[in-house]
Amino acid sequence: MQPCGVYNDSYNKDTAIVRTHLQWTLVVVFLIVLFTAPPFLSRHWVSFLNLTAITLIAVIGVNLLTGYCGQISLGQAAFVAVGAYASAILTVKAGIPFWLALPCAGIAAGIVGLVFALPSVRVKGFYLAMVTLGAQFIIIWVISHAGEFTGGTFGMKVPPANLGPIVFDTEKSCYYLIMTVAIIMALFAKNLARTNVGRSFIAIRDNDLAAEVMGINLFRYKLLAFFICSFYAGVAGSLWAHWLTTISPEQFPLSNSIWYLGMMIVGGMGTALGAILGTVFVQFLNEAVITVSPIIGSAFPLVAATIFASLGSIVFGLVIVLFLIFEPRGLAHRWEIIKHYYRLYPLPY
Amino acid sequence: MILLVQLLIIGLALGSIYALVALGFVLIYKSSGVINFAQGDTLTMGAFILWSLFVWAHLPFWLGVLVGFGLAALLGLAVERFVLRPMIGQPLLAMIMVTIGLSSMLSGITNMIWAGPTRMYPDYLPNISLAFGALTISEELIACVIMAFVTMLVFLYFFRRTRIGLDMRAVADGQQVARSVGISVTAVIAITWALATMVSMLGGLLLGTIQGVNQGLFLMGLTVFPVVLLGGLESIPGAIAGGVIIGIAQTLAIGYIDPLVGGGMGEVFPFIIMILILLVRPYGLFGLARIERI
Repeated sequence: MQPCGVYNDSYNKDTAIVRTHLQWTLVVVFLIVLFTAPPFLSRHWVSFLNLTAITLIAVIGVNLLTGYCGQISLGQAAFVAVGAYASAILTVKAGIPFWLALPCAGIAAGIVGLVFALPSVRVKGFYLAMVTLGAQFIIIWVISHAGEFTGGTFGMKVPPANLGPIVFDTEKSCYYLIMTVAIIMALFAKNLARTNVGRSFIAIRDNDLAAEVMGINLFRYKLLAFFICSFYAGVAGSLWAHWLTTISPEQFPLSNSIWYLGMMIVGGMGTALGAILGTVFVQFLNEAVITVSPIIGSAFPLVAATIFASLGSIVFGLVIVLFLIFEPRGLAHRWEIIKHYYRLYPLPY
Repeated sequence: MILLVQLLIIGLALGSIYALVALGFVLIYKSSGVINFAQGDTLTMGAFILWSLFVWAHLPFWLGVLVGFGLAALLGLAVERFVLRPMIGQPLLAMIMVTIGLSSMLSGITNMIWAGPTRMYPDYLPNISLAFGALTISEELIACVIMAFVTMLVFLYFFRRTRIGLDMRAVADGQQVARSVGISVTAVIAITWALATMVSMLGGLLLGTIQGVNQGLFLMGLTVFPVVLLGGLESIPGAIAGGVIIGIAQTLAIGYIDPLVGGGMGEVFPFIIMILILLVRPYGLFGLARIERI
């Protein structure tokens, strides 16, 4: 629904993402706040925002593949690992500069993604989920057994990111790099969703046989969806590696893949806004659990030692179950309802 | 040669447990179409509940098992009623994610109550290990294979001869048709969940008897996927055959491929088999090939 008094008298206006003066103002204010925030925040919160932004890139990838194209992926964390290791190997062993290693890491993850996407031509739904689950285990196993090449289970040391003379070696300098990349990736995803590629993805999700009958090349678009999803994972992995400066296979467990899916569901599948809302919501929830669990631990000394590790997964599971039962369209849908209400107020409809 | 026979026997024991857990999975999938990612966690939780009944509550073995199975049935009923029933008619991804969420909750709870080292069950088996020359087969392995296969025979009888078993098969064939002949589909699905959780607990008991009870048992719930995909999602004989094949393949991989590549093959090998199956024969050995229409 359009705000009152906004008319689409040209095609450009009809397809614009940002439409009204108020929206432009909000976007500019948001960007200014985002980029001037670090000096006012403690190191802990900047680090938290960095992690959130990196996770966001991976979740946007999952959202394109699962939310838009309907292909379930349980292996996103493994593709993040491929990106992280590709970037690390390219910068450490081949001496390639970071700005080139970042897209190369994306492409490397994308190519590995294509390999595991090949069965998607024959199988779908649950069977495809199983292929990606297999990908998660096989990729992590290969990385931890590749010996000198990846450093095995001990992992690798990675230099901090740099652009020419600028070195991103502190949390706060990393913040600018990660946020910029995250915003570009989010905009690209938002745009992709309204091109013919994005609409083909949605057609495949809604009914792949019908989509094929309409002339969509299933093979090509499913592989493309996998490639883009893994590309996002690869970019997230590259940032991850250069942000933490040390990587090891156990940083990318199956539970991360599941968290990415969960964030997408909490936010709302198949909406650009959903990935962002879901990631931020779940990250804040996780932070809240970390803050609260020592308090609960001191109230119930019997479980004090174990609550720290287990409360997070209990709350996360509970949130997913509750959202699926009571709000399956996620936070993005709730946000749309609020927006409609605001635009119509004080009229009921 | 001794190694090969030893590995085959361990593989058979492991495989029969896989077959049991896969049976629980197939039961749920057939009756309600739900893909249960929480199987491994109900198994772990079941194993720990039994351990607590034996060690914390000092119940004798038979009573502990009885009480344990009662609790497992209650857990299954509760999960069905509060998590799965509101989800009827939702798309596949939602069904998968809700069981994943459930799995996350159950593993969190298990971890909160029973974190720590591997627990061993009190020794409840008579000491009758078999020895053939250099080859010894421990009583745990024998008991495991016997208990697993007896359970499967009981289930075969149950599905062919009892009223509830026949109802379950009817619901699996078609919920609408089953309802039209007077079967309460919701009740049957609830019973299925109770049964599947009890079967998981039995799997946990057997696995815990062989290798002790710890958080790592949940991996079983993931290895069940290669098993059911090999056997075919809808097929109970398929689950048994798949379980034994994957169990033996896994132990052989641990025995013969691990020394070559440096370990970890036990976890990965079933998934490699699984991807190959999906490429060659996606509906498994005994599954139904789906024909789709718009």
